[in-house]
Amino acid sequence: MSSQPRSMIEVDDLHVSFKRGRGRIAAVQGVSFVVSAGATFGIVGESGSGKSTVLHAIAGLVPAPSSAVLIEGRPMPTTRVKSDRRLLQYVFQDPYGSLHPRQTVDRILREPLEIHRVEERDAAIAAALADVGLGPEHRYRYPHQLSGGQRQRVAIARALVLSPRILLLDEPTSALDVSIQAEILNLLARLRRERSLTSVFVSHDLAVVAHLCDTIAVMRLGRIVETLPVATLRAGEAGSAYTRELIAASKGYSRAEGLGEA
Amino acid sequence: MNDVLSPPSSRFAPSGRDAAPRSQAQALLGSALRRAAALRRNLLATIGLAIVILLVVFAIAAPLLSGGASPLDQDLSSRLLPPSRAHLFGTDDLGRDIYARVVYGSRATLTIVALVSIIVAPVGLAVGTMAGYFGGAVDLALMRVTDIFLAFPRLVLALAFASALGPGIDNAVLAISLTAWAPYARISRAETASIVRSDYIAAIVLAGASPARIIFRHVTPLCLSSVIIRLTVDMAGIILTAAGLGFLGLGAQPPTPEWGAMVAAGRDVILDQWWVATIPGLAIFVVSLAFNLLGDGLRDAFDPKSS
Amino acid sequence: MSGEALFEVEALNVTYVDPRRSVRAVRDVSFALGRERLGIVGESGYGKSTLGRALLGLVQFPGIVEAQTLKFQGRDLKSFKPAEWQALRGRHVSMVMQDAKYSLNPVRRVGEQIMETYRLHNSKDRREARRRALEMLDAVRIREPEAVFDLYPHQLSGGMGQRAMIAMMLIGNPEALIADEPTSSLDVTVQNQVLRVMDELVAKRGMGLILISHNLSVVSSFCDRILVMYGGRIVESLDRDRLESARHPYTRALFASAPSLTHPVETLSVVKRDPAWAE
Repeated sequence: MSSQPRSMIEVDDLHVSFKRGRGRIAAVQGVSFVVSAGATFGIVGESGSGKSTVLHAIAGLVPAPSSAVLIEGRPMPTTRVKSDRRLLQYVFQDPYGSLHPRQTVDRILREPLEIHRVEERDAAIAAALADVGLGPEHRYRYPHQLSGGQRQRVAIARALVLSPRILLLDEPTSALDVSIQAEILNLLARLRRERSLTSVFVSHDLAVVAHLCDTIAVMRLGRIVETLPVATLRAGEAGSAYTRELIAASKGYSRAEGLGEA
Repeated sequence: MNDVLSPPSSRFAPSGRDAAPRSQAQALLGSALRRAAALRRNLLATIGLAIVILLVVFAIAAPLLSGGASPLDQDLSSRLLPPSRAHLFGTDDLGRDIYARVVYGSRATLTIVALVSIIVAPVGLAVGTMAGYFGGAVDLALMRVTDIFLAFPRLVLALAFASALGPGIDNAVLAISLTAWAPYARISRAETASIVRSDYIAAIVLAGASPARIIFRHVTPLCLSSVIIRLTVDMAGIILTAAGLGFLGLGAQPPTPEWGAMVAAGRDVILDQWWVATIPGLAIFVVSLAFNLLGDGLRDAFDPKSS
Repeated sequence: MSGEALFEVEALNVTYVDPRRSVRAVRDVSFALGRERLGIVGESGYGKSTLGRALLGLVQFPGIVEAQTLKFQGRDLKSFKPAEWQALRGRHVSMVMQDAKYSLNPVRRVGEQIMETYRLHNSKDRREARRRALEMLDAVRIREPEAVFDLYPHQLSGGMGQRAMIAMMLIGNPEALIADEPTSSLDVTVQNQVLRVMDELVAKRGMGLILISHNLSVVSSFCDRILVMYGGRIVESLDRDRLESARHPYTRALFASAPSLTHPVETLSVVKRDPAWAE
């Protein structure tokens, strides 16, 4: 039901399961949603909800049937052709694990450009660094010489260096302190405006998701419980009990509360 | 955007050169210097390194350092002389100067160690990284072959190969390499299997990198430190295997001096003329120990957590 | 602060000595803890955990602890020998840490570990210890204490693991509890359950609690008094009802930089770190 198939993501009845011992664990069960061009779609859920797995499936990092993920209206098989890789990039959660420990920032940003034979690499790298608020003094440093916030900036720069139309963000600020998180969230908001990116943002933190996203899907145990616009979420008028529970819990601890049980 | 102020966590993170490197070359140099500094701080490892360097110097400059004596000149009137000013380590049963033979013998040792390393590390890395990256049937096939080579006791297998191939240093190198590569495949595979699960590999896959690029340029550099460290620790074993082959008459052939063969030759007279077998034995011991100490130091210097 | 002080700390310093560059992780920290809940909030790397460990004598070389005063219930901790620390830990002061998976012994059953703690400080009778352990598991609201008693740590969910650890740390009936990021690795719904358990037990037993966390909302909603740490120093001390009147720029910026579900902003405010704060 798409009027403009540009930079649109469509997830259609996605199922992902993993082998665990002798059985299989269904990480994602029948998830469907649509993200229109330029929108920021949020997926919020607790651990084990399958939110990261959905993102992995959109990126082709876990096996999924090609009919389940459509980008710009085209079905995307798990193995992608090189040109399709430029459409979509990913920012990972752990700033300490998403950069190759033995490569300088310059090398990390250069490689995607080399793979896709982009001209003027130096200029592209310098521009990418400036865009994320890093200076030339960071260009030839190794990841272990950078702080968590700086590493995430490099990760974002890497994701943007090929000028993708879609950005997938998997809890990019969960491992960061609150003030650094604020800087990164501001950065993401600015980049999204400047580049009209389509994004899918996954987090366990309702306030963070609400800050950046227009529409939010709430996931639990592999399924989408409810999808709602951010204004509704902020007003606390969620449809499902689980969402309301999440909203209440995110307000912090209250001694006067009635007793929830484990 | 304000983030140029120094971030909190870097106060506790060690940083070598604080001035920012301005090019890739400078970055590499800085990294190498930091590792060298870490190594230098370990006294035993530095001693090990010094001895290894000495080995190389002796091998290259053997004619200069042997004090003019030839390792091959026999003088039957001076057989089995004890250490003296004329003959620093005494003479063997054919009257040859043992000091000169030990110095020249370092060439055989160094040749074997260098050649074996050059063969064994790349082969082990190639097999291991491919097995770890592709998994499945490739992993199964490659690892079973590795297992077969791992199952044999090194010296016995080396002996078998050397006997089949015939005596001589080249064949000794080949025989030792055939027995020594398997652990490197196993190490590389284990490292690769865990590296491949990391986010930075996923990121480069998402950028469109081919498996070849990933294995050569991303995975292998990370396996390299484990392989190098294992290599230095293995040196002792390789030297001893070579000595063992020499002892049994395979490997370097007389009259070329080779420490293991020298120990064998001194066997018969060990009780009365102890120096003939003991001195070359000590040489083997010192060099093996040096490599071991160096390997330990390298392991600490290369430890990603501390670098 | 009511009643006697449990902890009295004056001019506490912890320095990590290194030939190249020593780091002062905790600088000149002074505070007192009574039978109340004290929160210590700050970002990572600023000395909060080190402070917690210093209070329990857990700072090891190359860390050096110095203080003008460091007392627990009037006893001088500076002069404590290892045996005295051991007698103190678990029995008078306990510590709950971030992830039970890493702080519980993975090869022993949960119930046994709780029993062992009891037998270490109280009676050596196995039957008594078992009974008390089950009581504690019940007190931390674990629904089937008998079943959980026999499980291994890796079989517990995050929230259960934390509660099991709380059970283990409180069975000796300590007067004070230091909780270092006790809920940081838990989902938000589970966090509140664990906090509830700590709340009840601390209130019922009249204990003093130090809650260390980087999570502002947890600390500000749970504690009576809050200390804000930056660069190893305490830059501000606040009562829970007076959060709005925070004066130090770091505190204000910290509270303002967290996104809020109910009060959206276009741009989040960012902490402009002033080097003067660390001096």
